[in-house]
Amino acid sequence: MSEAKLTLTDMQKSFGTQHVLRGINLEIAKGEMVCLIGPSGSGKSTLLRCMNMLEPIDDGIVQLDGLDISEPGLDLEPVRRRIGIVFQSFNLFPHMSAADNVLLAPRRVLGKGTAELQVEAHELFQRFNLADHMHKYPDQLSGGQQQRVAVIRALAMRPEIMLFDEITSALDPELVEEVLDVLRQLRDDGMTMVLATHEMGFARELADRVCFMDGGKIVEEGPPTQMFREPRMDRTKSFLKSVLR
Amino acid sequence: MLALVILVPMAPGWSRVKDSFFNWEIFVRTTPRLLEAFLLDVAIFAWSAPLIAVIGLLIALCRGVRSPSLFPLRMFGAAYVDIFRGVPVILVIYLIGFGIPGLGLPRPWNSPYIWGTVALVLTYSAYVAEILRSGIESIHPSQRSAAICLGLSERDAMRYVILPQAIRRVVPANMNMFIALQKDVALLSVIGPVEILRQAGVFKSLLANFTPYVAAAAIFLALTIPATRYADYLMNRQRNVRS
Ligand SMILES: Nc1ncnc2c1ncn2[C@@H]1O[C@H](COP(=O)(O)OP(=O)(O)OP(=O)(O)O)[C@@H](O)[C@H]1O
Ligand SMILES: [Mg+2]
Repeated sequence: MSEAKLTLTDMQKSFGTQHVLRGINLEIAKGEMVCLIGPSGSGKSTLLRCMNMLEPIDDGIVQLDGLDISEPGLDLEPVRRRIGIVFQSFNLFPHMSAADNVLLAPRRVLGKGTAELQVEAHELFQRFNLADHMHKYPDQLSGGQQQRVAVIRALAMRPEIMLFDEITSALDPELVEEVLDVLRQLRDDGMTMVLATHEMGFARELADRVCFMDGGKIVEEGPPTQMFREPRMDRTKSFLKSVLR
Repeated sequence: MLALVILVPMAPGWSRVKDSFFNWEIFVRTTPRLLEAFLLDVAIFAWSAPLIAVIGLLIALCRGVRSPSLFPLRMFGAAYVDIFRGVPVILVIYLIGFGIPGLGLPRPWNSPYIWGTVALVLTYSAYVAEILRSGIESIHPSQRSAAICLGLSERDAMRYVILPQAIRRVVPANMNMFIALQKDVALLSVIGPVEILRQAGVFKSLLANFTPYVAAAAIFLALTIPATRYADYLMNRQRNVRS
C-alpha cells in the first residue's frame, strides 16, 4: 500500500466501566476506502468518533499524516478541519438554509473571501444535483437531500479524509441510491474514506478493504472478495451468515 | 361568574364598596395622571429589559462552561441564580433600593430610580438565565458535535449553532417573564419613584377613595392581556411546529 493517511495504534476507549474499543490497530492508506462492518454495539460508531477525536481516547495513538493527534492538550480545531464526518442522523443546522449550513464553517475558519466560498459551495451543490435546493431549509428537504447536504457541508472544508457513519440507515430505501452515488463519486475522486455500514452490498461494491469488528476489536480484515467469499474466522462466518441470508 | 355579578351587588356593603372602588367620576378624573405616571413604569421597563437580556445571557453562559479551568465562573453563575431566585423581589428592592442610596453617594448616584431598577435587573436576570439555560440544554448534543467536527471552535458552535436555536425556543417563556417584569416595576413604588402605583396611592389619600387603584389595574390589564395572549399564541405555534 502507499503512504498512510490515518494510523491507529492500540486504541482503547471505555465509557465508564464498559470497555468499548479494545486495542484497535488500523492503517488507512491515502485514497483507500475502508468499510467497517460488524454487529450492533461492536464499536463501529465509537471508532469513527475517536478517529477525529470527537471522543477522547483512553490509550493508544492516532496519527494523521504522521502527526500524533491523540496527544493531550493538542489544539484539535485545525485537525478536525482535515477530517470530515457525516452522521446517520444528518445533524444539519435547522435554523440555516442548506447553503448557510455549508458555508458557516468555511466562512469562520478558512479565511477566504465570501464570493470565492460561494462559488465553491455552488459548485459542490451542482456536482451533487442540489443546486436548485441550496436556499431551502433542512425541513424542506427530503432525507436523501439532507444527507447529501451534510456530505457537501463536510466536503466544503476540503477534508483529506471522510468518515461516514451509517449514512443511509435513516433513509427510505428509494433514497439510498442517491446517497450511495455520492460515495461512488468521492471514491472515483480518490478520497480517503472510512464507512461504517450494515449494508454488505455497499461494502462489497465500494470497499478496498473490509474490517469486521466484534466486541471492540477488529476480528478480521481483508479485501471484500476474500471477506465475503472465504472468511477465516468463525465469528466473521457466523456474522456474515446471519446478515447475508 | 354570573353568580358573582348577581350576588355581589346584593351584599350589604356593596353600595359603600361601589362608591369607594368604582367611582366613575374619580376614575375619569385620575386616569390621565395615572397614565402619565405609567409612562415611568414603561420607561423603567424599557431600559431594564435589554439589560436583563444581556446579563441573563451572560449568566446562562457562565453556568454552561465546560472547561475545568473556568469552574469558578460556573460556580458564580450557579450562586447568582440561587440567590436571586431565592429572595423575594420586594426584599431585593428594599435592600438595594434603600441600602445603596443610604451610603450617601452624590447625585445622581443616590437616585432610587437607578437602584430600584438595578434590583429588578439583578432578580430578573436570574430567571431569564435559567430559561435560557434550559433552552441551551434542550438543543440536542449532536448539533454541537456536528459543529465541532467541522472545525468550529466551542465559541462559534455556541454562537452560530446552539444559541440561535435555543433563544428561538424560549421566546414564549421569556415573553411571560417580561410581562411579569412589567407588573413588578410597580413594586418600585415602595422606594420612591412616582410611578403609577405610587401616584394611585397619592390620589387615594387625597380623595379618600380607592378608585385610582382600580384605574391603575385597568391600565396594567390593557397592556398585559394582549401581551399574555401573544405569548400564548407563540407558545402554541411552537408546540405545533415541534409535534
Ligand atoms: N456516549 C456513550 N456513552 C456510553 N456508552 C456508549 C456511548 N456511545 C456508545 N456507547 C456504547 O458503546 C458500545 C459501542 O457502541 P457503538 O455505537 O460504537 O456501536 P456500533 O457498532 O456503532 O453499533 P450500531 O451498529 O448499532 O451503530 C455500545 O455498547 C454502546 O452502548
Ligand atoms: Mg453505530
